[in-house]
Amino acid sequence: MGDMNSIGVSVKRKEDYRFLTGAGTYTDDVTLPHQSYAAFVRSPHAHAKVKSIRKDKALKAPGVVAIFTGEDLAAAKVGGLPCGWLITDVNAQPMKEPAHPCMAQGKVCHIGDQVAVVIAETYDQARDAAELVEVDYEVLPAVVDVVSALKQGAPVIHDAAPGNSCYVWALGDKGAVDKAMAAAAHVTKLEFVNNRLIPNAIEPRAVNASYARHDESYTLYVANQNPHVERLLMTAFVLGLPEQKVRVIAPDVGGGFGSKIFLYAEDVVLTWASKQVNRPIKWTAERSESFMSDAHGRDHVTTAELALDKDGKFLAMRVRTAAAMGAYLSTFASSVPTILYATLLAGQYTTPAIYAEVTGVFTNTVPVDAYRGAGRPEATYVVERLVETAAREMKLDPAEIRRRNFIKTFPYQTPVALQYDIGDYEATLAEAMKIADVAGFPARRAEAAKRGKKRGLGYSCYIEACGLAPSSIAGALGARAGLFESGEVRVHPTGKVTVFTGSHSHGQGHETTFAQVVASRLGIPVDDVDVVHGDTGRIAFGMGTYGSRSLAVGGTAIVKALDKVVNKGKKIAAHLLEASDTDIEFKDGVFTVAGTDKAVPFGAVALTAYVPHNYPHDKLEPGLNEQAFYDPTNFTFPAGSHICEVEIDPDTGITKVVNFTAVDDFGNIVNPMIVEGQVHGGLTQGIGQALTEGCVYDKESGQLMTGSYLDYCMPRADDVPSYKVGTKVTACTHNPLGVKGCGEAGAIGSPPALINAITDALGIREIEMPATPERVWRAANSNKKA
Amino acid sequence: MKISMTVNGKPVSAEVEARTLLVTFIRENLRLTGTHVGCDTSQCGACTIHLNGRAVKSCNILAMQAEGADIVTIEGLAKADGTLHPMQEAFREHHGLQCGFCTPGMVMSAVDLVKNHPNPSEETIRAELDGNLCRCTGYHNIVKAVKAASAKM
Ligand code: FES
Ligand code: FES
Repeated sequence: MGDMNSIGVSVKRKEDYRFLTGAGTYTDDVTLPHQSYAAFVRSPHAHAKVKSIRKDKALKAPGVVAIFTGEDLAAAKVGGLPCGWLITDVNAQPMKEPAHPCMAQGKVCHIGDQVAVVIAETYDQARDAAELVEVDYEVLPAVVDVVSALKQGAPVIHDAAPGNSCYVWALGDKGAVDKAMAAAAHVTKLEFVNNRLIPNAIEPRAVNASYARHDESYTLYVANQNPHVERLLMTAFVLGLPEQKVRVIAPDVGGGFGSKIFLYAEDVVLTWASKQVNRPIKWTAERSESFMSDAHGRDHVTTAELALDKDGKFLAMRVRTAAAMGAYLSTFASSVPTILYATLLAGQYTTPAIYAEVTGVFTNTVPVDAYRGAGRPEATYVVERLVETAAREMKLDPAEIRRRNFIKTFPYQTPVALQYDIGDYEATLAEAMKIADVAGFPARRAEAAKRGKKRGLGYSCYIEACGLAPSSIAGALGARAGLFESGEVRVHPTGKVTVFTGSHSHGQGHETTFAQVVASRLGIPVDDVDVVHGDTGRIAFGMGTYGSRSLAVGGTAIVKALDKVVNKGKKIAAHLLEASDTDIEFKDGVFTVAGTDKAVPFGAVALTAYVPHNYPHDKLEPGLNEQAFYDPTNFTFPAGSHICEVEIDPDTGITKVVNFTAVDDFGNIVNPMIVEGQVHGGLTQGIGQALTEGCVYDKESGQLMTGSYLDYCMPRADDVPSYKVGTKVTACTHNPLGVKGCGEAGAIGSPPALINAITDALGIREIEMPATPERVWRAANSNKKA
Repeated sequence: MKISMTVNGKPVSAEVEARTLLVTFIRENLRLTGTHVGCDTSQCGACTIHLNGRAVKSCNILAMQAEGADIVTIEGLAKADGTLHPMQEAFREHHGLQCGFCTPGMVMSAVDLVKNHPNPSEETIRAELDGNLCRCTGYHNIVKAVKAASAKM
């Protein structure tokens, strides 16, 4: 880089060369001396008692090293998997937390539940032997959907959770909402399902655990988004190991989208077993295992009402949601449909009264947890479907009804606990309408109609809360840990820099973005800065990457460390320049004495910090290595407007997304290329949810019907368009970079925009996600029009 | 059984089981871990390599079926001095990758695509890449990269 200030420049990614040449190192690429391999025996039933497990045949199979079951874990006092967020219910009682064993303790509760692990010399031998483990099940009635699970007489999954209810939780002023609803000129009511999704990072989950007898330490390579949290949970809550004896390395990770945040049973089992067999053990999920063991997302059933006055002003909103937890509580499961959902129901609007009631429900399905957007896509779907439907019912233009209700003054306190610091929703919408050429839509619709096609246009104006999290607020809401971040800036004697961050990159490009931040502040080339992440052995602490938090929280920690570096550098420069450190200024990589031409470059200060001949030891320690923690004072609030235009062929039911515009306000932008890439990816996942993806369990048998890419329809290149993206910037007011986060916006805003477009095209009120050709064809060819 | 083939210009041979997949041979025996495995139903394309100049999913054939073949993996695409192939360069230039996991397969498919369709339209690119899943990029920048590379290949 010629220009040292690269903030706002699309610097090409530092990480790309290794990925493009096959030199990336993902967990499955790591093979250790004396490596052994694991295969899990998993439940073929949705709900069953495990009466006996016979391993003798399997033990005799070629290459088998060991076989362990839940009994072995219990005997070794290995605990169950913890949940990190306590939800307190409407009666001030704690949520129900049934045990979540790492391998079955007498019972299995979902297809894919772990029953035993077979360790062998090769993967093939482990898998072959796993087939020989004989498990005697007594099949129990199963329940896979939230509505059935809450019915009287439904099979009870855990004795600790009667009626399959984990909690009934509420937020908002019910009295005020009821009153406003009763008096309103118009109430729009919708009932819908937010479809269950399977995250499907293309790299399957993988673990390689080893034990070193000489110092009784463990090393765990794992495809994970937050290695320090993984270590903390595993050592302190599950295995009872000394934390300093466990090193967790999350090397290159092939996408996460939330699914690799959590502490999984396989990670614990392999770590524990590596000591028992005294060998490294590797397990990489086969894709069919991913489908039945990675935490899923969404799965809500909701009734929502919006009350309006005669001019379309929103008066109140009432939302009732039953949200699946799955068979057990995954690491952050309880917080997703509550704290990350109901708090976002104000959207971009001034709705004065909001009440939400959420029932967390156990079902005989894979646990449900955070998946890209986590709670916020579900909230946005509620708000934006209601708003668009209300506009149609009241014969108001959908953009106009939004404008009438936008929040216009900041800070703004919502009735659902959040305080938005800044935004400009009108400008964002106006820009999106311009790019989407909304004015030209009627002509395009008419032209399509001539060809027998139906065109529709749909809006979605979303907001999200990112930058998790101000720890005191999170704590008050039930988080069992604070959610700050750490950063360390190590200036080497030559003036080169290594940055150690607690954030984790699994595609987001932190190695580049963070390097830009550091290089710009220090006035050095981006290539002189290396970013290290994903290793508890090298980084002091971290909370990892999720909830679009990395730059806002992790980046700010780095900025704070940089401030310390510059301050110390000023003292060293003052010494070298024989001036007072209060007179030293630092700019563009040079320390100068204010008002003079006396100057010393950053590199000389770095060298002096380490190998001085002449150093003021009485005043200053050598070295230039600084660390900082940052706990944000508020959430950040990225917001934007998405406009989707579809064309439907009523003869085939095929929906083509012909135009998709996203204008987002992410605050300041460090690397526009990377930010746009995040938007594209998020939009495609959102379009996937709305158009193609849906996890299906058979209601009778509890079998997972969508257990491979043949049945679970991932969006492919020919399912999505090229996008039109733009940005509007209002800088975040409470972090020094002024950034808000961009990782999830696409997946949050897009589903309702698409469904609003389809319902507009067909002139119908509702269609269920995913709007498959079959569903669209039925809707297009039925006479039940709204 | 013993198999022999040429991989990235070098002759290799090894003793493998009859059921060994080509991808397993490449990853485990040859330790060329740039070729990835993303599924077990031949749907994702992460394992795509070139076999006798054609893009194939290496999880979908047995190692012994590649007996005598000339194979190129992602590790063999750049020049010996490290200069990237125009397709690799275009992916870098246009941010056609994020986590990098689908990337080797995507690049190998894309090289073959441009060979068969020298000046592909966006529609052709999207249709031809439908055997390769990417969960990160939303395909937008991959399409841009392939288009740009096609002008330089
Ligand atoms: S691993 Fe070969 S297609 Fe998925
Ligand atoms: S870049 Fe991550 S799957 Fe394509």
